[in-house]
Amino acid sequence: MFPLEPSLYTVKAVLILDNDGERLYAKYYDDTYPSVKEQKAFEKNIFSKTHRTDSEIALLEGLTVVYKSNIDLFFYVVGSSHENEVRSLAVLNCLFDSLSQMLRKNVERRALLENMEGLFLAVDEIVDGGVILESDPQQVVHRVALRGEDVPYSEQTVTQVSTTALVTSFISAYYIVQCGSCTITLFTLYSPET
Amino acid sequence: MIKKFDKKDEESGSGSNPFQHLEKSAVLQEARIFNETPINPRRCLHILTKIIYLLNQGEHFGTMEATEAFFAMTRLFQSNDQTLRRMCYLTIKEMANISEDVIIVTSSLTKDMTGKEDVYRGPAIRALCRITDTTMLQAIERYMKQAIVDKVPSVSSSALVSSLHMVKMSYDVVKRWVNEAQEAASSDNIMVQYHALGLLYHLRKNDRLAVSKMLNKFTKSGLKSPFAYCMLIRIASKLLEETEAGHDSPLFDFIESCLRNKHEMVVYEAASAIVHMPNCTARELAPAVSVLQLFCSSPKAALRYAAVRTLNKVAMKHPSAVTACNLDLENLITDSNRSIATLAITTLLKTGSESSVDRLMKQISSFVSEISDEFKVVVVQAISALCQKYPRKHSVMMNFLSNMLRDDGGFEYKRAIVDCIISIIEENPESKETGLAHLCEFIEDCEHTVLATKILHLLGKEGPRTPSPSKYIRFIFNRVVLESEAVRAAAVSALAKFGAQNDDLLPSVLVLMQRCMMDSDDEVRDRATFYMNVLQQKQKALNAAYIFNGLSVSVPGLEKSLHQYTLEPTEKPFDMKSVPLANTPITEQKTEFAPVATSKLPEKPGPTRQDIYQEQLAAIPEFQGLGSLFKTSEAVQLTEAETEYVVRCVKHTFARHMVFQFDCTNTLNDQLLQKVMVQMEPSEAYEVLHYVPAANLPYSQPGSCYSLVRLPEDDPTAVSCTFSCTLKYLVKDCDPNTGEPDDDGYDDEYVLEDLEVTVADHIQKVLKPNFAAAWDEVGGDFEKEETFALASVRTLDEAVGNIISFLGMQPCERSDKVPENKNSHILFLAGGCLQGNTNRSGTRLVSLMAHVLSNLLNVDHGNTELLLSFMENSFLFLEISK
Repeated sequence: MFPLEPSLYTVKAVLILDNDGERLYAKYYDDTYPSVKEQKAFEKNIFSKTHRTDSEIALLEGLTVVYKSNIDLFFYVVGSSHENEVRSLAVLNCLFDSLSQMLRKNVERRALLENMEGLFLAVDEIVDGGVILESDPQQVVHRVALRGEDVPYSEQTVTQVSTTALVTSFISAYYIVQCGSCTITLFTLYSPET
Repeated sequence: MIKKFDKKDEESGSGSNPFQHLEKSAVLQEARIFNETPINPRRCLHILTKIIYLLNQGEHFGTMEATEAFFAMTRLFQSNDQTLRRMCYLTIKEMANISEDVIIVTSSLTKDMTGKEDVYRGPAIRALCRITDTTMLQAIERYMKQAIVDKVPSVSSSALVSSLHMVKMSYDVVKRWVNEAQEAASSDNIMVQYHALGLLYHLRKNDRLAVSKMLNKFTKSGLKSPFAYCMLIRIASKLLEETEAGHDSPLFDFIESCLRNKHEMVVYEAASAIVHMPNCTARELAPAVSVLQLFCSSPKAALRYAAVRTLNKVAMKHPSAVTACNLDLENLITDSNRSIATLAITTLLKTGSESSVDRLMKQISSFVSEISDEFKVVVVQAISALCQKYPRKHSVMMNFLSNMLRDDGGFEYKRAIVDCIISIIEENPESKETGLAHLCEFIEDCEHTVLATKILHLLGKEGPRTPSPSKYIRFIFNRVVLESEAVRAAAVSALAKFGAQNDDLLPSVLVLMQRCMMDSDDEVRDRATFYMNVLQQKQKALNAAYIFNGLSVSVPGLEKSLHQYTLEPTEKPFDMKSVPLANTPITEQKTEFAPVATSKLPEKPGPTRQDIYQEQLAAIPEFQGLGSLFKTSEAVQLTEAETEYVVRCVKHTFARHMVFQFDCTNTLNDQLLQKVMVQMEPSEAYEVLHYVPAANLPYSQPGSCYSLVRLPEDDPTAVSCTFSCTLKYLVKDCDPNTGEPDDDGYDDEYVLEDLEVTVADHIQKVLKPNFAAAWDEVGGDFEKEETFALASVRTLDEAVGNIISFLGMQPCERSDKVPENKNSHILFLAGGCLQGNTNRSGTRLVSLMAHVLSNLLNVDHGNTELLLSFMENSFLFLEISK
């Protein structure tokens, strides 16, 4: 069996679970777990073995899993058991540090969910099809190049305000009224201060 | 239709997840705003995020709806919003397999990958390559070549990685980019170096020379990237293993030098590579072990884990090399990461002294319930190894194992424990009764059919020979009452063995058997009826043949013979002797610690190696009518490993003939060999009947040629013979790159090493689980006793080993293991001789044995004496004394 065929394909999966073990993000790069059912079962197993201890590395179902938890998030990088554990750790740290910069050190579930596109783009820059694409968080953040968020409200048009409100969930309720091919969306806005 | 999304909904439930209650249909509905002008980037971005989120959650998108959303998304390329564009690339990649006609975005992506915006170019290349097929690839080939050598690292890396992904699909196109990849490899960027190296290796991996040149270049040039170094180390160690180069090779020096690299990743990779090399001496291991020792005290758990896991591997082969780390390992016993603690303890169990065993076992049992099954298996393996090392400790171990057996655990884990207990029982006769008692208790409540049947089989084998066999009967009969069909059937077989061996138990067994004949399952009833009738005869020979030692023929062979028999209408009854004997599977020592995911598949009993050869030989017209294949030998090398032509020979023995199969490999890439054959000159009365040459032997593709030889009929003792062999062939020079040969060639020959046919080639191993019963079954008609003196051997172990390898017979009842400090030993060997001429085989074999042994053993006054008895059909019983 050893030495294995030298290959750039070193990452089998990148996972982010919340503190209930629910999948927030999961990307599998090969056919170890081909169906969603098997993937979820694997995630459940991983979570049950890792959520109580903060010990960074485990061997599960013949795979090496390096992990890290922060507040209510669990980050996992999965590789084969013959993989260089230190290299998997480099991927994990890169993912975490990139997100930490993008979320301004605020790495928790809510902030992450509000910046899912940032997460998607960051993982895409770190691992491509199982190959480590970049390991330097600075580079990743630079390439994801998320625009600054803090454009003052006064400079925005009405539509922008309402969509921003939608994104940051300032809306108390909205209705979609459909008549024929037209869709009218009605918003009820409220300000968090009131 | 009005849908209401209330804020309250979001806040109830687990926190506020804006994506929690997303409905696919609602999201796809929202995706209609992609068609609005002007494009609202923020809203579109949010909707794309939702779509990707849904895909990520495993939501299934139908082809129709995916295609519709995809086409709507293509409009978003009109917007110049950076994040939106990037999300479009992601959507393209995610949808590449579910949507139709994804190639319509090719031109947009091509524009982006060659455009001015560096932020777009890399991701655009990766998205483009995801949707491209071989024909389209040629259209963008020019751009790809430019991108590979682009000075922006993200562009170059993206192009290299995408090329690697596409090698599987379009090797021939990507192969043309080698020069660009070569240029990229000298880039300053560490990731570009790594990716270029990976692609280059992948393109060249089948050409060993090119790989070795590449290694030579990069190991000298000094790369910057730790990732690239890891890759180089892997390539180097693979090459070292393939070429079987010694450890004085520059490649080994390179790996060793990496132990002094400043990156932990590289140091660990190098240490791990050295540890995994076969035939490493303790001195070569020492530097690797000492860096691993340093890692043991690292604050990073992953590094400690990696180090102790690797040390654990070293300890399997070279426990003494790890002894220096014992102190560091002791500190890891209490590590908060249980995986690390377990590995540390199991390593210590291998390296520590006998006195520390009790303490370590106590420590490990305190947390054994907390670790995952994989590691429990590791623990069991360590215990198993320990029992072999310190047989006196078996009672401690047995207790521990029985506790583990009572705990919850998966099949793999239980199987490891049961195997371990069985091996302890086999090694230490005094632990047999306790071991069997634990196993009996286990099968009382065992959900795994495989394990239950295995244990029942063992009880049947070992139980009757214990001082009080009656106590096992209850456990076995409980199975008949309570379990599934397979277990019941196994229990019936086990009962029969008790009845056959213990006369005083026979009446009770017969009563129980009677009850089993009322079973609801066919197999159980059949077995019970069969054993009942055999047992009632009270004949030793019948018991031996039908209860103790089952069929010794190969099952696929039997199937084939029966099929053949049904095809030809004949009056004659089917002859069991025409079926080839089963090969005894070579029991491999499992030393590798490998709980690997691939072992999920249940192992299927595939055709044996001999069956495969039989099939191959039957396809050659010259070899028809030789009868069934009796025995196939292991391959013998007839050349050195590193010569122009590599030839190895496999000997196939038939009833009256032998076929020699020469597997030849041409290692010269500028030659094509034709009409290849091996000419053989026998030293004895063997006669070469026919040569079957190999028509073509191109570079590095193995080919086979055959020789058919008739065995001498008249002289039964002429079993061994030496052949001098010459490889003869027609050489045609050819172009190393294209393989196109010249028209003219010339004859040439190449002298090979001599090939020997020995007595082992005429004997097939047969495993008789109950040797004494088999011995009695044959009767004493052919018995012959002679005494030999072994001159050259010094120890009993050596004598046993020599005799087994020379005669090629199967040692039975573990009699190949010589207990320590004994002056005499009894070795049971069983084997079958050539079928077909059965009438002569008995006498022939006896004289043959006497003849070869007297030759082999050099009748001379040595210090070891050998007393043997020969039996018909080759059961051999040897008593060796010092």
